[in-house]
Amino acid sequence: MLGIVRGRIARGGVNASSLQKIRNQSLIYASSRSYSSASKEMTVRDALNSALDEEMSADPKVFVMGEEVGEYQGAYKISKGLLEKYGPERVVDTPITEAGFAGIGVGAAYHGLRPVVEFMTFNFSMQAIDHIINSAAKSNYMSAGQISVPIVFRGPNGAAAGVGAQHSQCYAAWFGACPGLKVLAPYSSEDARGLLKAAIRDPDPVVFLENELLYGESFPISAEVLDSSFCLPIGKAKIEREGKDVTITAFSKMVGYALKAAEILAKEGISAEVINLRSIRPLDRSTINASVRKTNRLITVEEGFPQHGVGAEICACVVEESFEYLDAPVERIAGADVPMPYAANLERMAVPQIEDIVRAAKRACYRSVPMAATA
Amino acid sequence: MALTHRSSNLLKPLSAAVLRRTFSTDTITVETSVPFTSHNCSPPPRTVETTPAEMMSFFRDMATMRRMEIAADSLYKAKLIRGFCHLYDGQEAVAIGMEAAITSKDCIITAYRDHCLFLARGGTLVETFAELMGRKDGCSKGKGGSMHFYKKESGFYGGHGIVGAQVPLGCGLAFAQKYSKEEHVTFAMYGDGAANQGQLFEALNMAALWDLPAILVCENNHYGMGTAEWRAAKSYAYYKRGDYVPGLKVDGMDAFAVKQACKFAKEHALKNGPIILEMDTYRYHGHSMSDPGSTYRKRDEVTGVRQERDPLERIRKLILSHDLATEKELKDTEKEIRKEVDEAIAKAKESPMPDPSELFDNVYVKGFGVEVFGADRKEVKSVLP
Repeated sequence: MLGIVRGRIARGGVNASSLQKIRNQSLIYASSRSYSSASKEMTVRDALNSALDEEMSADPKVFVMGEEVGEYQGAYKISKGLLEKYGPERVVDTPITEAGFAGIGVGAAYHGLRPVVEFMTFNFSMQAIDHIINSAAKSNYMSAGQISVPIVFRGPNGAAAGVGAQHSQCYAAWFGACPGLKVLAPYSSEDARGLLKAAIRDPDPVVFLENELLYGESFPISAEVLDSSFCLPIGKAKIEREGKDVTITAFSKMVGYALKAAEILAKEGISAEVINLRSIRPLDRSTINASVRKTNRLITVEEGFPQHGVGAEICACVVEESFEYLDAPVERIAGADVPMPYAANLERMAVPQIEDIVRAAKRACYRSVPMAATA
Repeated sequence: MALTHRSSNLLKPLSAAVLRRTFSTDTITVETSVPFTSHNCSPPPRTVETTPAEMMSFFRDMATMRRMEIAADSLYKAKLIRGFCHLYDGQEAVAIGMEAAITSKDCIITAYRDHCLFLARGGTLVETFAELMGRKDGCSKGKGGSMHFYKKESGFYGGHGIVGAQVPLGCGLAFAQKYSKEEHVTFAMYGDGAANQGQLFEALNMAALWDLPAILVCENNHYGMGTAEWRAAKSYAYYKRGDYVPGLKVDGMDAFAVKQACKFAKEHALKNGPIILEMDTYRYHGHSMSDPGSTYRKRDEVTGVRQERDPLERIRKLILSHDLATEKELKDTEKEIRKEVDEAIAKAKESPMPDPSELFDNVYVKGFGVEVFGADRKEVKSVLP
């Protein structure tokens, strides 16, 4: 149903009558979806959309701002239906001026509103990064608590498919370094709903890193998660799969890869524990360390550039707190140290694949194939 | 006017009746120094209504600001103030005139030359000096410094170090005012240097598109750090640079012109959206305390402005010509202000530096008990409440 609706929007323009039709269809879709099948499933896109809808309904101070969030229904349809429901004062289409509208969002947050600012992708957040860091993250500290900034910056982060170097960077490590920011990276629909609601309700600036390729993925979802009061805690990782031989940490899309790698490893007798970080900042050091103390081996997985990445921080924190428990050096799987190439085969080499995670886990378990000689 | 009342707790009663004399609230009409020049709008008249009480408070408040900035200069040279210190002496009329035209529910946001605006918005001398010296009783508890003064309850949103950033932030304040259906406005202040920033035009475009009650105030002191306006801007008619956004050029050394312009701008912004005010002003000090201010401008220029256009002298002449006080009385007021400022400095010096535990305060509003580390994480760590 949703596919037809989406296709219609993508193909035609959106004019008044087709908007009305789409609205009717999506209403029908929304009301029938939950009861249509035995196990409830929800796409990440719908999870985010429903979270935004519920938070906007609950608090009149919440508003959405960004390029194409209103009449276009959202560049990735995350804000679909919100304009019709809440009106143009609360769903604000902006010109293509990130520095300007990020600043306006932060200023609105200074004055007590709760903006949700969308970057069409986080690559464009670099145009506005001064406002994210200097105007938002640092204000509560510099003003000794006078000026708090309850803002959420959200949007797709990291590599998509074939979009090239300027549209594929992962910003988790950069934003994760900044005191005053909270940085979240959902994986499943439950994560998307719970973490976005938590982010909107949080009194501090939150950078919410979604993933374009995950938007269309469906995940099973419980009634508890569907409840409008559902919220996940910020700063807590989730153990997606329990294991005892090696710990694999990942966030966002890489959690799916890590889970698939864990299945392959299980067939070879290696029981991998997969941790979905959920929160890049604050980082759940205690869950990570507890896991490593159990398994004694660690692989960190991320899509972003390897140097000074999230894995580097995790490795350092485990070495500091659980050194005696490590039976093997910490392994890092990350994106290649190159700008993202376009050619499909090179692109594949630039991003971690499931076999990379499997190989690293085997290495950590001393079960690897001989390493290739390096230059 | 908050300033005059606020400083009274540092006053010792004097035998001279001058300060206790109540000044009448009868209207006096004054003329601004020059007529307003406008862009895409009809300028307000140059006759401004005021009262003796207002004129005396203008004098007192500007004299306090002047004295405070000069005292800050000495404290900086004595190494009690560190880092950056950007002084406002010469520009006082902008802060005072603006404050006279608005309420504390209107918002002001500015860049780093913020000491006097903080004072105008109800900040105290002790809070100012304590913050400059990095002490606990500073307005930002010593955590901000010269460039990060805030007073949210009276609508002063800082205090920003990144040139130009405050303009989109100010438009955001105006957005929130409109969203919440308040009948108030925001004055987003910036200098001639910041006037060329791209984000300013981005924000102005959105403010105009959405009819935000935003007033962009260019405090044109003719030098962006060491670069004269004609070397930085192809067009330095800043009041015209809004294109479709109307603008007004104002003599920023005339507190009454500033007051009139701000009143006009507030009415305009509430009905028609953004407007630009260019305040033609001047700073006697260099850009900051590390700039002597004499390598890019001639001493004659500085002394010339002091003689011809000084805002304090203008008010003094007006007061004398209207027989509101004698020269001696005004001089006594200035002496008294000097004493007040000295006492505030002494009090601020007594304030202790922040406790080491305060290093980790206010990183977040809600810290969730997260661990936070010092330079040696095995040695210094804490938990964010």
